[in-house]
Amino acid sequence: MNKNMKILIVDDFSTMRRIIKNLLRDLGFTNTQEADDGNTALPMLQSGNFDFLVTDWNMPGMTGIDLLRAVRADPNLVKLPVLMVTAESKREQIIEAAQAGVNGYVVKPFTAVTLEEKISKIFERVGS
Amino acid sequence: MDSGERLALARELVQQLESGNEAEVTRIASLMSALSSDGVESKLFQEVGRLTRELHEAINEFLLDPRINELARVEIPDASERLSYVISMTEKSANTTLSAVEAGLPLADDLGSQARAISVQWGRFCNRELSVDEFRELSRDLGGFLELTATRSKQLHGHLTDVLMAQDFQDLTGQIIRQVITLVHDVEDKLVQLVRISGSKLPEKQKDAKKLEGPVIPGIDQGDTVNGQDDVDDLLSSLGF
Repeated sequence: MNKNMKILIVDDFSTMRRIIKNLLRDLGFTNTQEADDGNTALPMLQSGNFDFLVTDWNMPGMTGIDLLRAVRADPNLVKLPVLMVTAESKREQIIEAAQAGVNGYVVKPFTAVTLEEKISKIFERVGS
Repeated sequence: MDSGERLALARELVQQLESGNEAEVTRIASLMSALSSDGVESKLFQEVGRLTRELHEAINEFLLDPRINELARVEIPDASERLSYVISMTEKSANTTLSAVEAGLPLADDLGSQARAISVQWGRFCNRELSVDEFRELSRDLGGFLELTATRSKQLHGHLTDVLMAQDFQDLTGQIIRQVITLVHDVEDKLVQLVRISGSKLPEKQKDAKKLEGPVIPGIDQGDTVNGQDDVDDLLSSLGF
C-alpha cells in the first residue's frame, strides 16, 4: 500500500474530519485533504489526482451517496476506491451504498482498528 | 307504551290545558314526545347539542390555556437556542481536545524515537562494546534525553490537563438537554389533549424509507438497522463483498 497516496476526507463536521485525519496519519497516510460536502469534494476529486476517498453519508448540500454516484459516473473517477464512514445503519442503506459501488462501509461510532482493517482490505482487493 | 296509556296522557293534557296549568302541560307534552318515535330523534338532537357544547368548551379551554401560549411563544424558541448552544459547546470541547491531542502526539513520538536511539547505544554499552569516545557521546545524549523527558512530560501534562478541562461541557449540556426533555414532555401532553378533543383517529405514521435516520439510538424504532460493524460486515459479505 502506497503510504503517500492522496486521500480526500469528506464530512460536514470538522471534528470528525480531524479525527479521521489523525487516525490516517497514525496509519502513515499524511497526504490528506478535506471537504465539507459532496459539492466541494467533487471538483477537488475531478482535478486533484486523488487515490482514495473517505466520505460521510449525511451532509447538507450533496450527500455522500450522491457523491459516490457522481464518482462512479465519471470515467476518470470510476475506479477510485471509496470508503463510507457514516452513522447511517439501515440495512437498505448499506445495500444501496454497495449497489452504488462503495468499496467499504464503516458505521459510526468506529474504532481506529476498524478503520485500518477496512482500508487495508480495500487496497488488498484493489491491488489484486 | 300502548295506545291506552297514550290516550290517558292525552286526556290529562287536555284537562291541564283547560285548567291553565302550564307547568304540567309542558311536562306531559315532553313526556309524550319523548316516548313517541319522534322522541328518539329529539333525544339524539339533544345529545348532539350537548356534545357540541362540550367540544366547544374543551377547545376554548385548550385555546385559553396560558401554557400553550407560553410554549409556542417562548419555550420552544428558547429550546432551539439551548440546543444550538449544546452543539457549540460540544464542538468547542471536541476541538480543544483534538488540538491538545494533536499537540501531544508529536511530543510522545519525539520521546519514543530518542529513547529508541539511546537504547541501541545503551545495549552496546552493556555489552562493553563502546569506545571511550562513544561512551562520552552516550552520556551526553543521556543527559540531554533526561532533560528533554522532563520538558516533554511537563508539556504533555499541560495538554492532558486541557483535555481534562474540555470535558466540563458534559455537566452543562446535560442540564440543558434535561430542560428540553421536560419541555418536549409538556408539548407531548398538550398534543395528546388536542388529539383527545378532536377525537379523531390519526392515520398510522408511515416510515419514510428514504429518510436518513442518523445514529442508531437504543429504544427507538428506526427501521431495519444493523447492530454494529460486525453486522455491516456480515451484510456486505452476504452481498459478495
